Amino acid sequence: MRYPDYDMSATIIRNGRVIDPANKRDEVADLVIIDGRIGQKSEIRGQESDGAAEIDASGLIVSPGLIDMHVHLREPGFSHKETIESGARAAAAGGFTTIVCMPNTSPPADNPATIAWIKDRAAEVASVNVLPTGAISRNLEGEELAPIGSLGQAGVVAITDDGHCIQNHELMRRAVEYASMVGLPVLDHCQDYSLVGNGVVHEGYWSTLLGLPGWPAAGEEVIVMRNILLAELCDHHIHCQHISAAGSVRLIREARTRGVKISGEVCPHHIALTDEAVENFNTNYKINPPLRSQADVEAILEGIADGTLTILASDHAPHAEFEKEVEFDAAPFGIAGLETELGLFLNLLVHKCRKVDIRRLIEMYTVEPAKLLKLDAGTLSIGALADVTLIDPNLEWTVKIENFQSVSRNSPFDGWKLRGRAVRTIVGGETVWKLNDA
Amino acid sequence: MTRWKRKDLLGLRELSADEINFILETADAFKQVGTREIKKVPALRGKTLVNFFIEPSTRTRTSFELAAVRLSADVINISAAASSLTKGETLKDTARNLEALHADILVLRHSSAGAPQFLAPRLKASVINAGDGAHEHPTQALLDLYTIRERRGRIDNLHVAIIGDILFSRVARSNIFGLTKLGARVTLVGPSTLVPREFEKLGVTVSHKIDNVLPDADVVNLLRIQHERQRKEYFPGTSEYTNLFGLTKERAKMLKPECLIMHPGPINRGVEIDSEVADGLQSVILDQVTNGLAVRMAVLYLCGGIAG
Repeated sequence: MRYPDYDMSATIIRNGRVIDPANKRDEVADLVIIDGRIGQKSEIRGQESDGAAEIDASGLIVSPGLIDMHVHLREPGFSHKETIESGARAAAAGGFTTIVCMPNTSPPADNPATIAWIKDRAAEVASVNVLPTGAISRNLEGEELAPIGSLGQAGVVAITDDGHCIQNHELMRRAVEYASMVGLPVLDHCQDYSLVGNGVVHEGYWSTLLGLPGWPAAGEEVIVMRNILLAELCDHHIHCQHISAAGSVRLIREARTRGVKISGEVCPHHIALTDEAVENFNTNYKINPPLRSQADVEAILEGIADGTLTILASDHAPHAEFEKEVEFDAAPFGIAGLETELGLFLNLLVHKCRKVDIRRLIEMYTVEPAKLLKLDAGTLSIGALADVTLIDPNLEWTVKIENFQSVSRNSPFDGWKLRGRAVRTIVGGETVWKLNDA
Repeated sequence: MTRWKRKDLLGLRELSADEINFILETADAFKQVGTREIKKVPALRGKTLVNFFIEPSTRTRTSFELAAVRLSADVINISAAASSLTKGETLKDTARNLEALHADILVLRHSSAGAPQFLAPRLKASVINAGDGAHEHPTQALLDLYTIRERRGRIDNLHVAIIGDILFSRVARSNIFGLTKLGARVTLVGPSTLVPREFEKLGVTVSHKIDNVLPDADVVNLLRIQHERQRKEYFPGTSEYTNLFGLTKERAKMLKPECLIMHPGPINRGVEIDSEVADGLQSVILDQVTNGLAVRMAVLYLCGGIAG
């Protein structure tokens, strides 16, 4: 989507609170965009604002474009759930200028041709930057390595079998060693299959009460531990996705103090909800890893506060209504999260718990993923690509799934009243979304 | 019928003690019908009941079918093999098709916990839970309560031991909810793998030593023990189970003379209970079957009267 009135060579975003953690900047100022990059006022010909478009950002936060490094775009293969185009629109509506998509498509992104297809498709239809990941193992089967070097050449930013977890520790070790040579970080969905079995909800009070198969916290923790040992052995970075359990936070904290190249990620649902939510068997609460106990929620909040957990992401997992309208056991796991995550994190981390301030929240959405994935993004430095998110931190709004840009509607947050959201998303100097566009 | 307002019976957890007692009282009237020469009443004449069994069952399905016939309802039986679910149709679509054929009551047996909770709000028809995964089996627990009340005259302050595979048992969960609501004291007995301590949060006691529990029990309810593929990791085998937890002839001597011995069936003679004990004077296993009919008539009558 293009807006001709902003498609000019220069734009000035006036009077916003510019927060740019990469440059330790937090001040009310004007931000200048020239030819799609962050510029300086002096570069604008003649008088100030001569010929430049203006955006009034009074009362708003001017942030580097947010990065969500854990998104399922479902294309190729499952376009009834989401397409690259619709997923990118959902990202823009959520305030994201860059999204990292997972390889569990059909065919899976375990080969350079599929990566090339995703990149071509994204260049054609996506309103935000779409960065693909490649599979660790062929066909995501955990049996033999995917061509990781060729995937790197094709432009993946990381490798992961997300949705699956390599159970064979020897294969995982070699994958991490090989990825180290190629210079790609490894992202892992931490789940021990033998401990988890057919588990669908957190093993605890509610699984006991409801007779639903339990997914014990140890099923995550044992793989987090495995990853810490392998990151140490291979001296290479492993990022543990969507941390849900207190024990995982404790393990990562201890390993990071020793300098192990390990990191952890938080999704909003794991701190917004507990396993009690599954009481009525509503499949919108069926998530992998599952919603856990209040003690787990508190441990994750502490992990965010003390810097143990450094990345915020959605694990955006869109599914069609007919796929979720089934028995709990039979439903697919996941939440469509791109359009609610910023509002949820603002409420849960900044407004309500005050675990971090808005500067740190923005840092966790920009500098941290950019550093981990070695991206040229996440900053408002002079000369950087003008990916900018304007955030109204106090705007009160209500989540309405019928207004989602995503093809899917599987969110447990419908009707939630939130404070704070993105109001305009700018990619390469062009506004790709603004509030009330819908 | 001001004491009954539900179109569905999904589980005992959501029922009040008063609602449970009302079902039991209603069952009293239907139990008498079974002793008459003409065992049929016209309560559900013109109504259609579908026995919708996605998981194999003979005794529960037969009991519901007979209960419906005695209430003069028309009955259709659909089993997993015959249903469209094997052709990829969703549970919701299959159920709505049945409703489009004017089914009034759907009796659902399903391997997934929560399947009846999923269907009930999506259908105008009554949904009766005939067992969902490891979640609930409300009519089984109601017939157990009925049998205890009939033989012991009350339920409150009785000590009921439920022995066996509790973790995977819907019968155990419904019994726990029903018994505790009506004031009984419940002890769960079995191997630590099948009776995790987490159950104590449901207001019951957990024990792994059957000999400590039997002398104090007013009722022992034995659950069927299976050592199938999916249970292999939970306990070493049936002979070890019998050794540690079986109600053998020797152990039965520890019971109070008035203690009732119950079992939802089918019995594994020689595994969870010795054959002589199952057939002994304290056994009320066949009373349970008879009472199941009366209880299911009551449930169909009450819910069927609300639906449509």
